[in-house]
Amino acid sequence: MNFLDYAPAPESQAILNLRSDYGLFIDGQFVAGRGTPFPTINPATEKPIAMIANANDADVDDAVAAARRAYNGPWSRLSGSDRGKYLFRIARLVQERARELAVAESLDNGKPIKESRDVDVPLVAAWFFYYAGWADKLDHAGLGPNPASLGVAAQVIPWNFPLLMLAWKIAPALAAGNTVVLKPAETTSLTAMLFAEILQQADLPAGVVNIITGAGNTGQALVNHPDVNKVAFTGSTAVGRAIARSVAGTDKKLTLELGGKAANIVFDDAPIDQAIEGIVNGIFFNQGHVCCAGSRLLVQESIHDEVLDRLKGRISTLRLGDPLDKNTDIGAINSAAQLKRITELTAMGEQEGAERWTADCAIPENGFWFAPTIFTNVSTSHRIARDEIFGPVLSVLTFRTPAEAIAKANNTPYGLSAGIWTDKGSRILAVADKLRAGVIWANTFNRFDPASPFGGYKESGYGREGGRPGLAAYLKPATSRHRSVTTAAPAAPAVSAAPAAKTPSARKKAAK
Amino acid sequence: MTRLAIPKTYKLYIGGKFPRSESGRVYEILAKKGDFLANAAKASRKDAREAVVAARAAVGGWSGATAYNRGQVLYRIAELLEGRRAQFVDEIMSTEGVSAAAASAQVDEAIDRWVWYAGWADKYVQVAGNANPVSGPFFNISVPEPTGIVAIVAPQTGGSLLGLVSAVAPALVAGNTVVVIANETMPLSAISLSEVLATSDVPGGVVNILTGSPAEIAPWLASHADVNALDLLGAGSLDWVDLQIAAAETLKRVLPPENGPDAATPSVDRIVAFTETKTVWHTKGLI
Repeated sequence: MNFLDYAPAPESQAILNLRSDYGLFIDGQFVAGRGTPFPTINPATEKPIAMIANANDADVDDAVAAARRAYNGPWSRLSGSDRGKYLFRIARLVQERARELAVAESLDNGKPIKESRDVDVPLVAAWFFYYAGWADKLDHAGLGPNPASLGVAAQVIPWNFPLLMLAWKIAPALAAGNTVVLKPAETTSLTAMLFAEILQQADLPAGVVNIITGAGNTGQALVNHPDVNKVAFTGSTAVGRAIARSVAGTDKKLTLELGGKAANIVFDDAPIDQAIEGIVNGIFFNQGHVCCAGSRLLVQESIHDEVLDRLKGRISTLRLGDPLDKNTDIGAINSAAQLKRITELTAMGEQEGAERWTADCAIPENGFWFAPTIFTNVSTSHRIARDEIFGPVLSVLTFRTPAEAIAKANNTPYGLSAGIWTDKGSRILAVADKLRAGVIWANTFNRFDPASPFGGYKESGYGREGGRPGLAAYLKPATSRHRSVTTAAPAAPAVSAAPAAKTPSARKKAAK
Repeated sequence: MTRLAIPKTYKLYIGGKFPRSESGRVYEILAKKGDFLANAAKASRKDAREAVVAARAAVGGWSGATAYNRGQVLYRIAELLEGRRAQFVDEIMSTEGVSAAAASAQVDEAIDRWVWYAGWADKYVQVAGNANPVSGPFFNISVPEPTGIVAIVAPQTGGSLLGLVSAVAPALVAGNTVVVIANETMPLSAISLSEVLATSDVPGGVVNILTGSPAEIAPWLASHADVNALDLLGAGSLDWVDLQIAAAETLKRVLPPENGPDAATPSVDRIVAFTETKTVWHTKGLI
């Protein structure tokens, strides 16, 4: 037994009280779906956990109708402070049931319990707590006095952070006074259904939040529903593009948080120990199932060999295995389909001439697993340097000058996030200015906070989640004086103002 | 004996230069009364692409200029416009068929709009950005930055100068560069504005003005992969939904058409709509 071997320390599942099957959560009640139910499985064992309902078009209609009734009825009559109190209640209930939610999340998603317990679920509570406080302060959201909610929000979320993405979507929508129909990802519906129970506990008025489960066609029916006023989507750029096409010409306000291929730039003066930890956290956090993952390591040529040696040493100490084990660093890949994609893209990396290194770790017999992998000798044209792999695979490129690092970092259709590692403050500021990415971490990586806006440039989507911009994405100015932000939401809060000296009549006269 | 007038050859404005359309095509501009006024260049797909190349080349310099500098350059446009107001009034009267008073009021409004937007260049970041109190040892700040290249369909109805200025000025404030398709039937204001821009301090390529058919040119800009945002302000009578669908391919930021006298009313929204919020986490530490 070497010093890295630990005795198993699995988190108990006794805290869970799961049902054998889950319905749709519509109008405050669990109801059977009219599509064919499907199992949700534990990706670490491939064993079924529960049956999940499948919403067909009629179910989508019911959910949107319930959200509309709630919007026209009880929810719009509530004061902002009362809306806030419901959100505070939800935040507290999430904290009280935190361990249960973390265990369920790791069971259903495959992520290590230390992440679901210490990152996902605490952030879920924080998100509701943050936006709860906004509900009665909307005059300060940046849209002028008395901004209006949009109506019914259709929200479609991915499988990588199931409960956290739910919180990112629902908390600002409700704070702004909207009602919601949310569709979780097909493979990770479980915690959304536990969250529905929390909404019942919180006594949230029926129909304010509706959660419908199903596959891609359920999500499609939801975002294309004519009675929806807002569409918020997090997921792949391909699907985001299709949604942007389908809402074209409508009045639906749209925010998209899509793919990424972040550059993590390490300069030769970087604090090397911290940088190694940051690189590991950047790409192996959540098995690399992170849209903002630091999947392209840009390392200055002079320290390439040293960084790679230390990185391989560090990665060799990561423990891959049972997501519920408290010592696990790398959990299971979420689905067979995702494992196939990672496997294909890494094979492509070898074919195109990059050099592969894979950590020597035991892979469990059942379930979906992928050992941490690094590619060196990667060039900017390689598929593994351009495509989002969404797995624990790091592509390493080198640079000589800051200008080269910036050019390589920006050489991608994406623009979600980036990292900078250097001891030089002035260089951080100069490089951060020139990177075309929505979130930049300097001497850290993969940090999230409800007060901090998150979202991309270019083909990583538009709109922001978190902070004041995340609230503004669910509001419109009090009057319809200008409708400049109806379809393409600006990245930052829209701020109403007009020259004080101008009167409408003067404008009309001039325009005739 | 009367002096023989010298008619002007009207051209495109691309990269700070005045080329003819590479297609060699022109179309007739008529006065409101129907008389022939001039031939204007009829821009082609290739002209639109050249304009995007020029606009891309200008992004670095314009967005990299200080906000104070951009504000002064935009203010300088107002100064030059004021100096050439008589020309603009004449052209508006002949193409739009309005009274001298109405034409003059439109030019006034257009000049004032440049001034209003010029003043925003070094302020909008303070209004739209902020520091974020995150839970950890980080200095976290969000600032809006220019989106890149904005393609604009200028208003095709209403005041031909005011409509153009209302669309172009807000896009320039943050440091975006612009390719704009002018009012098709009344392009004289746009062409004269290009002469103002060329003699102002606006760097070549920051504003590129195409005359011709929006229905013909707009689809090429909507689908162009190096255009970052699409303002359909004056595209109301085109198949603008198709343009928006084409723009979705590269996830362009799209603003919908607006109509009526309040279209593109001065607003910080119009500035912020063509920006991206960048959030930077700086690690704090006592080293």
